Amino acid sequence: MSFFEKLMKIDRRIIFLLIFVGVAIPLIVALNFELEITQPVRKVHGLVEDADDGAYILLSFDYGPSTKPEIQPMAIAILKHAFERDYKVVCSALWPMGVLMCSEAIESVKEEYPNIEYGVDYVNLGYKAGGLVTINHMGKNMRETFPTDAANNPISEISIMDNIKNLTNFDFIVGFSSGSPGLKEWVQVAHDAYGVPVAGGSTAVQVPSLSPYLNRENQLVGLLGGLKGAAEYEKLIASPGTAVKGMDAQSIAHLLIIIFITIGNIGYFVTGKYKQKRL
Amino acid sequence: MKRQFPLVITFFVGMLVIVSQFIPHQPFGHLSDTLESWFLIISGFAILLGQLNLLKVNIIKIHRKSRNWQYYIVCVVSFVVMITIGILWGTQDQPGLLGQGSALVSFFGRKPFDYIFKYFFENLSATMFSLLAFFMASASYRAFRARNLESSLLLISAVLVMLGRTTIGTWLTGWIPENLTYLHLPQIADFIMKYLQKTGQRAIMICAGLGIVGSSLRIILGIERSYLGGK
Amino acid sequence: MALTMERLGVWIGVALTFAIYSFLYKDNPVYKIAEQIFVGISAGYWFIYTIFNILKPNLYTPLTSDFGNNTLLVLPAILGIFMLCRLVPKINWVSRYAISVVVGTTAGLALIRTLQSDVITQMSETIMNPFSGPNTAVILGKWILIIGTTTGIIYFFFSKKHTGAFGATAKVGVVFLMISFGAAFGYTVMARISLLIGRLQYLLGEWLGIIQP
Repeated sequence: MSFFEKLMKIDRRIIFLLIFVGVAIPLIVALNFELEITQPVRKVHGLVEDADDGAYILLSFDYGPSTKPEIQPMAIAILKHAFERDYKVVCSALWPMGVLMCSEAIESVKEEYPNIEYGVDYVNLGYKAGGLVTINHMGKNMRETFPTDAANNPISEISIMDNIKNLTNFDFIVGFSSGSPGLKEWVQVAHDAYGVPVAGGSTAVQVPSLSPYLNRENQLVGLLGGLKGAAEYEKLIASPGTAVKGMDAQSIAHLLIIIFITIGNIGYFVTGKYKQKRL
Repeated sequence: MKRQFPLVITFFVGMLVIVSQFIPHQPFGHLSDTLESWFLIISGFAILLGQLNLLKVNIIKIHRKSRNWQYYIVCVVSFVVMITIGILWGTQDQPGLLGQGSALVSFFGRKPFDYIFKYFFENLSATMFSLLAFFMASASYRAFRARNLESSLLLISAVLVMLGRTTIGTWLTGWIPENLTYLHLPQIADFIMKYLQKTGQRAIMICAGLGIVGSSLRIILGIERSYLGGK
Repeated sequence: MALTMERLGVWIGVALTFAIYSFLYKDNPVYKIAEQIFVGISAGYWFIYTIFNILKPNLYTPLTSDFGNNTLLVLPAILGIFMLCRLVPKINWVSRYAISVVVGTTAGLALIRTLQSDVITQMSETIMNPFSGPNTAVILGKWILIIGTTTGIIYFFFSKKHTGAFGATAKVGVVFLMISFGAAFGYTVMARISLLIGRLQYLLGEWLGIIQP
């Protein structure tokens, strides 16, 4: 068996080990490659930065622990930005795990902003099922959709909600999404039906399918895509966190995958496997 | 009654929602509002149905001693434990039947429900999904082949995006002079994402959208009845 | 004690992480047990949060605190119970009433919203003046968007055989679709690797303390 034939038959556990080591080493030994900011991320930053003083914003936590490494850093970055600008932050979730993701994100931000007060500066409304239909209902009547917050306090007793009757009372909405229901539904209802600007952060998997919404009509004002999007936003607000720290590992892992693809294809052509397919 | 009446309900409810999108005034607006608030509650019951069905299926497998039945006991026990502690001591934000469980909170540092979520579920969920990274690396090595024009285009596009959308792309082509920035990997990836890949995604979105419109019409008009199940 | 339990929790997390990762070596009972724990806890979590976040505030509390003004809520409660009857084979047909409300509402709203957002808006975004733009790249990009979207849609028209000029146009569409799928693969790689990075940040940071978490 030639060298390439042996290489083609390599045990896949060796590939697993190479990927594991290839991701672990850059996490320990920082390479500090430069990070470039893309236009969709700048647009999200611009939307948050340029809103009016005392703006009311809705953050929808539509993800769970499975995609937390990608999305939590962007949620934390946007929360920091919002509290820095003294906005009123209303949080909700279309996924049940989103409630605790929101709590964890706010807990980590509270260290930097200890003066933020629950019910005055921010509120966690909790989880509601229903996706598209629920968002449509929020567009007409927030209080009927959320009669209480996540801790079962009546909405009428929460001062931050005094001026909020429906979605149109928000200056903009930011959705953090890892599937359905998520950003797509927010765009379809909140922006296209009620005219509220929508921006978002999503897992990298969703970015291509959401990219048609980045258009002249601004169905989606901007999009933070995956760990890179989170890292770019952390850089823009000058608060590097887990996303920036993970980018070196991301880069090396991508290079490794490309090397695997290259070796695989070289082996495919050298061993003549492509000829066998044609026969 | 068993099949015809549900079809009538579907038609009435579907048409009401469609009409209320164009005529939001009374009575359609009010009826649609009421319907949506009912939808929320019924969806909640649908979720409960899913979880109870999982319990039922696992109990049947244990009872029949199907293949690997011992593992399903673990599933049932985990489910019952989670529900029990949730009902008795509540969640982070809400009390349970036995109150806030202050003694347990000082022991665990948080409520038992949240403790299990944080240290069991979060780790299990994140690790399960991170397994995909390994299988994807293996698949890239073994299966990703430039066999023809289409697969070669796919490969080239994937490589350019993978390099351009990470910091290594910036490092590899950072030396390129200003007048040749269109050869800078991040710029190439940007162009691919902004124009080339958007064409395919937009075409898929439009065609899938037309498909959804067709399916929704079929459901509302009672032509598509598979959601009713049974005979 | 809380600090000890927190530290114990980290070790539990690590043990469960390696239990799942053991599957990479070979399928084994430890992995199977961890998998079933995951399924059971997930189902329990959904159950409790549905009760506390949906059924309690939107149904139970209004009915018990102000029944007079919320009498109509009895109807969705009945429909919800009908939904649960799906578990009982003899009476599972009553669940069709509840399912028809859910399916009808979703179908009606999805029809309108999808038509506006995913069809009409996307088509209008493709119709643009491809002769003007701030630079060559933008003008080239506009041509690509128009040609690529149109040929891509033509490819998905299967009611006519892909032969002759129609077939050639569809083949051009395939080229753009393949580039799209390649970019999607690139982003999928990014997503999966990010999840592995998250796990390693937990193992190296919170567990071993080698890196700053």
